[in-house]
Amino acid sequence: MRRSFAGVVALVLSAVGLGTQPTARPVVVASKPFGESYILAEMFAQLLESHGIAVDRRLGLGATQIAYGALRSGDIDVYPEYTGTGLIAILGLAPEPDARAVFARVAAASARRDSVRWLPPLGFENTYAIAVRRGTADSLHLATLTDLARAGHGLRGGFTADFIGRPDGLPGLVRTYGVQLRDVRALLPAVKYTALAAGGVDVIDGFSTDGLIARYDLVVLRDDRHFYPPYEAAAVVGRALQRVNPAAVAVLTELSDRIDETRMRALNRRLEVDGVPVAVVAADGLRALGLTPSRPGDSPAADSATALGERSSRTGGAQGRGSLAEYLRAERGPLASMTARHLLLVAVSLLAAIVIALPLGVGLTTVPRQAEGVIRTVGAIQTLPGIALLAFMIPLLGIGVVPALVALFLYSLYPILRNTYEGVRGTDSGAVDAGEALGMTPRQVMLYVRLPLATPVIMAGIRTAAVIDVGTATLAAFIGAGGLGDPIVTGLALSDTRMILSGAIPAAALALAVDTGLGVAQRMAARRWGGGRS
Amino acid sequence: MVTPDSGTISVDGARTSDLDPVALRRRIGYVPQDGGLLPHWRVRRNAALVPWLLGAADADAQADAALQLVGLDPRVFGDRWPRQLSGGQRQRVAIARALAARPHVLLLDEPFGALDAITRADLQESFRALRRSLRITAVLVTHDLREASALADRIAVLRHGRIEQVAAPDALLAAPATPYVAELLLRAGLR
Repeated sequence: MRRSFAGVVALVLSAVGLGTQPTARPVVVASKPFGESYILAEMFAQLLESHGIAVDRRLGLGATQIAYGALRSGDIDVYPEYTGTGLIAILGLAPEPDARAVFARVAAASARRDSVRWLPPLGFENTYAIAVRRGTADSLHLATLTDLARAGHGLRGGFTADFIGRPDGLPGLVRTYGVQLRDVRALLPAVKYTALAAGGVDVIDGFSTDGLIARYDLVVLRDDRHFYPPYEAAAVVGRALQRVNPAAVAVLTELSDRIDETRMRALNRRLEVDGVPVAVVAADGLRALGLTPSRPGDSPAADSATALGERSSRTGGAQGRGSLAEYLRAERGPLASMTARHLLLVAVSLLAAIVIALPLGVGLTTVPRQAEGVIRTVGAIQTLPGIALLAFMIPLLGIGVVPALVALFLYSLYPILRNTYEGVRGTDSGAVDAGEALGMTPRQVMLYVRLPLATPVIMAGIRTAAVIDVGTATLAAFIGAGGLGDPIVTGLALSDTRMILSGAIPAAALALAVDTGLGVAQRMAARRWGGGRS
Repeated sequence: MVTPDSGTISVDGARTSDLDPVALRRRIGYVPQDGGLLPHWRVRRNAALVPWLLGAADADAQADAALQLVGLDPRVFGDRWPRQLSGGQRQRVAIARALAARPHVLLLDEPFGALDAITRADLQESFRALRRSLRITAVLVTHDLREASALADRIAVLRHGRIEQVAAPDALLAAPATPYVAELLLRAGLR
């Protein structure tokens, strides 16, 4: 309803010549999974909408490789990125200190290699910020990274895996400053701050514009040798949008050089410290910049901002600080539709896995020599971490529902295949022999004896696959496929426990429900084919 | 199910090697030691197996008739599951299943071996009566020479896969051809 209203507005605007041009498909706006990225993406989206351009949001995509990969493959049109990240992590070039030179190099190389365009920077830098607790800084007299190298050997580091691996991360820090910590462990962005606050680690990597640095009262150590390259934020735009909708690109450049570091830090703090929903933070930010009309209610932008505020569990922060129960009640509409989508992802992938694995498992029983090798190969897929599997598939399948379904399908294969094979092979030999001796054809033995008797084992495999699927499907949010992973990913990004739980609890309940439901199906199947055993 | 190493096997005058094995099996009733009933089929469907495989429209009726033959009332037992039967009843169903399509030849592989003595005697008696009324050729494999002499017209004593002696029970008792046969008779208390 709301979407169609926005569509009508867009049509009317373009008809009277106010809109930029009639857009055949919405502009796909994405972000990486941390607060600032959400805010910037939401500002892009609302700014486009205020010009009557339809937008499709894919916020919280896995990480740099997934977001940039999706941009390159054309699955998304625009997302906020940082020049230093582009230089080192995307293009694999050497760090250099001059911001202007970095932007020029990155923009040229991206355009040449990937036909990706870096719009002029937004106006602020967000560099890595090595942070410690105020108490640690005071007792060890830490103010700079040189101080950390001098006095830090007793401290424990908790960094993102990204930071530990990137040449402009920990390796560079060690090389430039000679920092040696007692212990370094990889932490998710979302748990870094709580781990530091709780004393689990002593040093973390944050972002200089982070709202959380203020929320946890941390001290940022100065990069006194200017090791970090400049990380200027900018919108990066894919090839398709440049070609199909140059007007949208022009709208996005309105933000160039408009957001300074103070402004960005204030926006981040509202989101991460005050718990204001992303859509509201972004709408207020745009209004403050004079890019959208100041009176709410009489423009498409304000309308869509309200709409977004209402379905805030996808893009928003915590609304107020009510209890989890209140939050779940308030969000029950969006949660129900995410649960439905989650279930759909699981159902479709599971069904496909059954269609493939069941006949394959049956067929393999006729070639036991080859069977073990085939089943082990399928089992090897199981050992791939979900996020890695999803990342591998981006060049082939892009982002969104299709690669998520393929990944879930691959994860479901093994339990079903293994149980079908073992179940069919292990059928009661007395019944099989009698069937053969009395004149059943091999096909009849399979259909009327082996398969029915293997049904409980096969069903157990399907149940295992289904429960694994429900859990794994939460990862689908990293590639924009939606489902209950959405609030989990967003909550992790915004360090909002309530939001994480609002996805995790229904996901757990769903796993239980799916297992119970299939258990009932299994008993019904046993009654139907299994000699009345229940 | 097993092909001969040498020699030929004939059923009703035709070499088995010339026949389609599946069709042949459907013409021979078979009773394994453990009954081999399909646990997920009710008694009636088990008994109707071969007529059903042969495409008989009245497979269930044939099954009921066969159940009647082995002394099980189809109205009582037809809808039961195999696991709801005693060992002796299961074996009766197995015999009914072997007989349902009225084969000329019946193959029984230690059919009464796994039963207690009373049930076994009971079943042997029914089987003898059955064979007499149906006039059917039965090949019964057993380790029990008493059972053999009580049920058989002719006994073939096998040792290490070779025939020691083939004879009618009386002749076998009267004149064992080898020391092994004599020993066997002695151990069975038949001499």
